[in-house]
Amino acid sequence: MSALTLEGVTKRFGSLVAVDDVSLTVLKGTFVCLLGPSGCGKTTLLRLIAGLEAPSAGRILLAGAEVTGLPTHKRDFGMVFQSLALFPHLSVRDNIAYPLRIRGAAKAEWESRVGELLDLVHLQDHGERPVSRLSGGQRQRVAIARALAVSPRLFLLDEPLSALDAKLREAMQVELRQLQQKLGITTIVVTHDQREAMTMADLVVVMGDGRIHQAAAPVEIYRKPADAFVADFIGSTNLLDIAASGSSQALFDGVPLPGVILPAGVQRARLSIRPEDVRLTDPANATLTGRVTFLRDLGGTVETFVEAADTTIVAVSTRREQTQVAAGEQIGIRLPAEACVVLTR
Amino acid sequence: MTVTWLRRCYMALVAFFLAAPLAVVAGVSVNEKKTLLFPPRGFSLEWYTAIFTEPEWRGALIASLGLAALSAALAVIVALPLSWFFWRRVAPWARVFQVLGVAPFMLPPVITALGFLSFWATGGFYGAPWTAVISHAIFFVTLPLVTISLGFSSIDRSLVEAAATMGADDRTVFRTVVAPLIAPYMVSGFAFAFVLSLNEYIVAYMTVGFTMETLPVKIFNALRYGYTPTMASVSIFFVAIAVLAVGLVARYGDLPKLMGAWTGEER
Amino acid sequence: MRREPARTFSDLLPLLFPAAVLVVFFVIPFGIMVAVSFFRRQQGGFYTVDFVVANYERFLTPFFGSVLGFSLFLAMAVAVCCVVVALPFTSFLSGCSRRVQVVWLVGILAILSLSEVIIGFAWSTLFSRTAGIGNLLAALGLMEAPKALLPGFGAVLTGMIYQALPFTILLLYPSLMRLDPSLLEAARTLGASPLRGFVSVVVPALRHTIAATLIMVFVFALGSYLLPQILGRPQHWTLSVLITDQAIYQSNMPFAAAMAVFLVLISLALVGLVLLVGGRREAA
Repeated sequence: MSALTLEGVTKRFGSLVAVDDVSLTVLKGTFVCLLGPSGCGKTTLLRLIAGLEAPSAGRILLAGAEVTGLPTHKRDFGMVFQSLALFPHLSVRDNIAYPLRIRGAAKAEWESRVGELLDLVHLQDHGERPVSRLSGGQRQRVAIARALAVSPRLFLLDEPLSALDAKLREAMQVELRQLQQKLGITTIVVTHDQREAMTMADLVVVMGDGRIHQAAAPVEIYRKPADAFVADFIGSTNLLDIAASGSSQALFDGVPLPGVILPAGVQRARLSIRPEDVRLTDPANATLTGRVTFLRDLGGTVETFVEAADTTIVAVSTRREQTQVAAGEQIGIRLPAEACVVLTR
Repeated sequence: MTVTWLRRCYMALVAFFLAAPLAVVAGVSVNEKKTLLFPPRGFSLEWYTAIFTEPEWRGALIASLGLAALSAALAVIVALPLSWFFWRRVAPWARVFQVLGVAPFMLPPVITALGFLSFWATGGFYGAPWTAVISHAIFFVTLPLVTISLGFSSIDRSLVEAAATMGADDRTVFRTVVAPLIAPYMVSGFAFAFVLSLNEYIVAYMTVGFTMETLPVKIFNALRYGYTPTMASVSIFFVAIAVLAVGLVARYGDLPKLMGAWTGEER
Repeated sequence: MRREPARTFSDLLPLLFPAAVLVVFFVIPFGIMVAVSFFRRQQGGFYTVDFVVANYERFLTPFFGSVLGFSLFLAMAVAVCCVVVALPFTSFLSGCSRRVQVVWLVGILAILSLSEVIIGFAWSTLFSRTAGIGNLLAALGLMEAPKALLPGFGAVLTGMIYQALPFTILLLYPSLMRLDPSLLEAARTLGASPLRGFVSVVVPALRHTIAATLIMVFVFALGSYLLPQILGRPQHWTLSVLITDQAIYQSNMPFAAAMAVFLVLISLALVGLVLLVGGRREAA
C-alpha cells in the first residue's frame, strides 16, 4: 500500500525551479533516502511533503488522501529538522510531550507515553534536563523521540545527522535504521551523504537539478546507475565515451570492448565501470593499453591511474592483486563486460 | 604590564567621573541638618524616609510610579504586535511605522514634548493625567520596539516550523513557543521604558506639569526655590531604582546582546 | 517558517492598533505643532488660528542667531569631547571579560536613564561652594577659599558631557565588539606600539562609526534642555531651553513651535547624514 504518492510535484522560487515535475510512490514501511548534492531540491521536496512549502504544481497524497493544500499542522507526520529545532525553553520531557499536550492528551496519558519514548531512545534519566545541557547525540535522540511521540504514519528527517561527528554519525545511522525497522514506520531522510543512504535505505532516490535521476535499492543504484549523473555521484566511477560499430559493438577509441553492446539505434553513449572492477594485466593480453601516470597507495588498497586515449581510468586493487608497475610504465587494462554499464542518457 | 596598568587607570578615571557627582549627592543626602554640605556632618536617613512620609514627595512618587508603570505597559502593548508583524510578514511599506516608532526617541525631546502640548491643548484634554501616560508610551515605544524586535529575530524559525509539524496552529505556536521565547525581551523593553519614564521631565512637564507633579518635576520645582535634602535622597533613590531595573534585565537577559554585541551567537 | 506577504485584511490586523496609535498620537501632534508654528500668539491663551510667517521671521534677529550659534557650538564641543573620551574607553571595555562588561553596562545604562533634573542637581552640588570640589581644592591648598564653580560655561559643558558620555559609549560598543581583535594584534606583530596600533588601525577601521557617532551625539546634545538652565547663565541657553522657555514661561506657543520645527529640520538633516554615511559603508 502506498504511504506517500507524489504526482508531478513542482516548486518554483521566482525563475528558479527547485523541484521539477517529481513523481514518486513510497510503500508503507519503507525507508527512503533522498540523496543528492546541495541545491538539488531534496530539502525543498521534503518541505513540500511536510506542507512547509506550497507546490507550484502537482499533487501530494498521504495514504491515498490528498493533502496538497492542507496546512502543516493538519498533516499526520513527524519531522526532525536539520537544526533539530528543540525548544530551548522546555526540558527534554516537555519537548517530547509538546505534540501530545497541544493535542489535548490527559496528563497521565502523555506522561506514560513520554516515559516510553525516553526508553525507546535511551534517555530515561535525562527527562528533567534542559535541552541545552545535552550532548549532540542526546539532542538528536530527543528530536527523534519528539517527532515520533504521536505515532505518526510518516517520519521525515532533514539531514538529521549532519551536525554529529563522523563516528557518532555512523552509530546513529545504524540506530535510526533499527528503530525504523522496530516501529515499521514509513521514513524519508534527506541526506547528501551516500554512505548514510547506503547504510539505512530500502529505497535511494538520487536527485539532481530538482529532478529524480533514479529511485532504486542501494545495490542497484551502485551496480546499475541509470545515468552518468548517478554513476558519478554514487561512489567513484570511470566514465568512458563509447561509440557503436556497425553491429552495435561498443568501441572505445576505436578498440572494440568484448561483450559490451549498445542498444539498437544508439550511436554514442558513455560507459561506467567501477574502479574495483577494472582489471590490470600484462599489455600483451589486454583490451586496452595505457601509461601509468600516478599510483596512490592507501595501505589496504592501491589506486592506479592509467591514461588511455586522453581518458584517465582508475583501477583499485588490493595489495595482493597488485601487479608491480611504476609511474610512466605501459600497462594493460581489461574491462569485464558484466561490470560495464552502458549509459545512454 | 604598563599597558594593562594604563588601561585600568583610564577606566578607573572614567568610572570616577561617572560616579563622583552621584557620590557627592549620596554624601549630601545623609547630612543630619538641612544643609548642603560635603563631606556630610553627622549621619541621618531622615531624608530618605521623608520621600515616603512628606505628603508632597510621596504624592509625586506615587504619580511617577503610576505613570511609569502604565506608560511602559502601553508601550509594550503597542510594540508587541508591531514587531510581531515585521517578523512574520514581508511588507516594505509598513516600515514607515517602524520609523514612526523610533522617531520620537531620536528627535530632541523638546520637540516631542511640544508636539504633545499642542495636541492635548488643541483637543482640550490639556492637564488630564492620562494624557501623560499616552505621551510617555509614545515617547518610549522605541525601547520595547527595539528589544522585542531583537527577541523575534533571535528565534530560530525552524522552531516555529517544528511546532507546526507537531500539530500546532498559528495561535498555539505563538502561545507555546514564541511568547515564552520573547518574554525576557518584553520584560527588558518594559524595564527600560519604566525607568526612563520615571526619570522623564520635559514631556511630563509640558503635558501635565501644572496639574500633577511627577518626581523629576517636583525636584526641578524644588531646585528653583533652593535646596532641600530630600532632593538628594530622591536622586539616590532613583539611581538605585535604575541600577536595580537594569540589573534585573542583565540577570535574566543578555545585556551585551541587547546592546548590539553578538556575543549570544558566538557561544 | 518563511516570512509571507500580507495578503488578506486579517493579516494586517496586528498592524492596525500600533499603526493607529502612532498616527493619532505622534503624526497628528507633530502636524499640529507644525500648524501652530504658523499661528498667531494669543496673550493669556495658547494661540489663535492664522497663517503668519512672523514666527519664522524672528529667526533673523541677532539674538536668535547667537542662541543658534551657541547651541551648535556647544553640541559640537560635547560630541567631540565625548567621542574622544569614549573611544579608548569602549575599546578597553570590549576587551574585558563578559562579567566586567555586564557590570559596566548596568552602570552606564543606569546613568543614561537618569533624569536631566537629577544630573543637573548632582553637578550643581558638586560645583557648589559648600559641598563641591571647591572644598577639596581649598583643602589641598589649590584654592584660597572654597568657591562655587557655577554657573558657567565649564559647568554646562561638564554636565552635558556627563549626560552624553554613556550614550556615546553605547553607540560605539557594538562596532568595537565586532571589531576583529586580531587587527590590533596584527599591528602589534608588525611593530606598532599599542597607542600607534590603536590610532593607525582601530580608528581608521571605525571611521564611519565614529562619524555617525559624532553626529548622533551632536543631535543628542542639541536636545539637552535643562542642564544649560541649571548650570549656566542665560547666555549659555540653547535652542532647546529657549523653546521650553517660550512655550511654558512666555506662553508663546507659535514661536516655540517654529523653533521646534527648525530644530527638527536640523536634526533630520543630521540623521539623514548618518544614514548616508551608513549607506556608503554598506556599499563599500
